[in-house]
Amino acid sequence: MKVPLYEKIWMWASGVLVVAFVVTIVVGLAGSALQPPSHVETIDPTKVWNDPRFKQRGATPTAAGTTVVMIAMMFAYQPAEVRVTAGKPVTFRLTSSDVTHGFSIVGTNGNTMVVPGYISQFTTVFRTPGEYLIVCNEYCGLSHHLMFAKLIVEEGRAQP
Amino acid sequence: MTRIDRAQVEVRTPSRAGPRKIAGLALAHLWVAILAFGIASAMALMQALSRASLDLPWRTAGMYYLSVTAHGVLMALVFTTFFIMAFGYVVASRTLGREAGPPALAWTGYWLALTGTLATAATILAGKASVLYTFYPPLQAHPLFYIGLALVVVGSWCWSAVMLLSYRTWRRANPDAPTPLAMHGIIATVLIWLIATVGVAAEDLIQLIPWSLGLVSTIDPVLSRTLFWYFGHPLVYFWLLPAYVIWYTLLPQVVGGKLFSDPLARLVFVLFILFSTPVGFHHQFMDPGVSAGWKLLHTFLTFAILFPSFITAFTVTASMEVGGRARGATGWLDWLGKLPWRDPLFSSIALSMMLFAVGGIGGAINASFGMNAVVHNTAFIQGHFHLTVGSAVALTFMGAAYFLLPRLTGRELELGLLARVQPYLWFIGMLLFSISNHITGLMGMPRRIYEAGYGGSPVAATWSGWTGLSAVGGIFLFTSAGFFMLVMIGTALAGRRRDFEPVVWAQPLHPIPNRRTLFDRYGLWTAIAILLVIVAYAYPLWTHLRMTRFGSPGFKPF
Repeated sequence: MKVPLYEKIWMWASGVLVVAFVVTIVVGLAGSALQPPSHVETIDPTKVWNDPRFKQRGATPTAAGTTVVMIAMMFAYQPAEVRVTAGKPVTFRLTSSDVTHGFSIVGTNGNTMVVPGYISQFTTVFRTPGEYLIVCNEYCGLSHHLMFAKLIVEEGRAQP
Repeated sequence: MTRIDRAQVEVRTPSRAGPRKIAGLALAHLWVAILAFGIASAMALMQALSRASLDLPWRTAGMYYLSVTAHGVLMALVFTTFFIMAFGYVVASRTLGREAGPPALAWTGYWLALTGTLATAATILAGKASVLYTFYPPLQAHPLFYIGLALVVVGSWCWSAVMLLSYRTWRRANPDAPTPLAMHGIIATVLIWLIATVGVAAEDLIQLIPWSLGLVSTIDPVLSRTLFWYFGHPLVYFWLLPAYVIWYTLLPQVVGGKLFSDPLARLVFVLFILFSTPVGFHHQFMDPGVSAGWKLLHTFLTFAILFPSFITAFTVTASMEVGGRARGATGWLDWLGKLPWRDPLFSSIALSMMLFAVGGIGGAINASFGMNAVVHNTAFIQGHFHLTVGSAVALTFMGAAYFLLPRLTGRELELGLLARVQPYLWFIGMLLFSISNHITGLMGMPRRIYEAGYGGSPVAATWSGWTGLSAVGGIFLFTSAGFFMLVMIGTALAGRRRDFEPVVWAQPLHPIPNRRTLFDRYGLWTAIAILLVIVAYAYPLWTHLRMTRFGSPGFKPF
C-alpha cells in the first residue's frame, strides 16, 4: 500500500496523539487514582429499607473520615441533606429502592449511577467548604427534574 | 482488464425500467426516514422551547418526556436505520452492476421494520412508553414498544442479508476484482450491525419482552445496560459509516476532484469492523456492578477507534483540495473558495465535518476514564452527540437526500434556494445548541430534564442564560429541518420530470490494484472482530452471571 508522504506524517501524528491520550489516562490512574466508581456489591432492591447496610442512613464518622449512606427513590434522596467535613475522605454508599437513578454532586467530579439491585460506592475529598447541589442525572420518571438533595461541606474543626 | 475502476463507473441505463425497480425499494425506505425525521424535528422544537422555560400551551412534564422519547427513537433508530437501508440498496444496485436482491426478502424486511416502527411509535405517542430511547429497565414500557423494536431489528437483518447475498452473487461473477469502495463501506456497516444487534436482540427477546408481558417478574438492570451498550456504541458506527461512504465516494466527484487515497479508505472501514464493538463499557463508566479493569480495557479500545476517523479527516479534506485545484486554485488555501459551497450535498458534508471535528474531541473527553465523571449524563453529552449523529450523520444524510431523491424519482430538486440555505441554518443552529449545552454540562446541568430550577438552587440559576441560547439554536435547527421537509415534499409532488441521472462514484487519484486485496477478506475481519468481542466481554459477562443477583420489578412512573 503506497501512502503519500503528507498522509504518512498525519497518520504518525494521529497515532502519537492517540497514544498520548492513553498515557494521560494511565498517568491519572496511577498518580491520582482517577477511576470511575466501579464497586461490585448486590442487594435485594425490594428490601433496601430493612437491609442492615442501609438501616442507618446519613453521615457517620469513621476512623478514616465519613461514610454517607443514602437511598435514591422516585423522586428524592433519603436523607435529603447531608453534612460532611472539608479535607477528609468521604465514602458514599448508595442504592435505589425502585428505578435507576443518577447521583451527581454539581461542581465536583462526584458522579455515579444508582442502579437497583446494586450498591454504588465511591470515595472523594471535598476541599472547598460550602453548599453543594446533588441532582439525579438519569431519567427516572415524570418528576425526575425535581429529584435533588443538598450536601453541606463544613470547615474542618481544628484537631485537639 | 487493466482499468482500475471497472465496477466504479455506472453504466447508464437507457430504459426507465432499470433504475425504476431499485428506486421503488430505496424510495420506500427513504420516505419512512424523511417522515420520521419530520416528526422527530417537531418533537425537538418542543424540547428546545421547554429548555427556555417558556410557558407554552400543552407544556407538561409528561409531554416533555414523551417528546424526548419520540425524538430519540425516531431520529436515532428510525430515521438513521431507514436512510441507511435506502442508501445500501442504492449502493448495492449501482456498484455491483445488478439489482440488489432477492427483492422479496428486501420487501419483507421493509414491511417488518415499518410495522415495528408504527407499533413502537404508537405506544410512545399514547404515553405508554416514556422510557427514552435508551429504555433502561426497570422503567417498563408497554410490551408493544419492545416488540416493535425487535421487528425493526429483524427487518434490518433482512436488509443485511440482501446486502451480503448481493455481494456474494457479484463476487462469484468477479472472483478477483476489488470490491467497489462504496460497497466495501456498506459491507463494513452490515458486519458491524450484525455483530452489534446480537446485544440488543438478546436484551429485548430474553429480558425485556418476557418481563413486560409479565412472564417473568423481575429483571437485572446492569445486565440490560451491558447488553444495550454492547449494541449502543457500534450503533454509532452503523450511523457513521454510511456517512463516511458518502464522504469518500460521492464528495470527491461532487467537488470535481478525485479520492485522495483509496487504500486508506478501505483500511478505515476494516478498522471500524474490528474496533466498533468491544468498547461498550465506556458508556457504563459510572455504573456499579462492572469492575474498573474491564472499563479500562474498553477505554483503550475506544481510543484505538479514533485513529480511522483521523485518517478520514485527512483523506476527505485532501480530496476536497484536489477538487479545488482541479477548479483552478493555485495558492495554499484558495482551493477552499473554489469549492461548490452552493451545492447542498457539498455544503452539508463540509459543514458536518467541521462540527464532527469538535464532536470527536468531545468524544475523546467522554471516553477518558477519569474525566468522564465531570460530564457524565450532563448536558455536555447531548451537546456532544448532536455534533456527531446530529451533524456528521444527519446533515450528511440530508445532503445525500438532495442528491439521491432526484436520481431516484427522475424529478428535479424543487425549492433549490431552500436546499442551498438549509445546511447553513443547521450549522448555525447546531453551533448555538451544542456550545451552550457543552457549557451548561460543564457547569453540572443534567441532560433530559423538564425544568432546571432545583428548588431555587443558586447554582442552577447560573445555567439559565445558556439554556436560552440553546433554545435559539433549536429554533434555527427546526427552521432548517422545515426547509428540508419542504424541499423533499416539494420535489416529490411538483419537481419537474427529467431523465434519470446516474449516480457517479468518485475515481481514485492514484491507480489502485486491479485485484482484490487483503481488505476484501470480510470473513477474516469478522472473525478477528468476534475474537475482540470475546476478549472484551466474555469474562466480565461470565462473572456477572455467576454473581448472586437480585432482579427488579417494573415501574411505570409516566
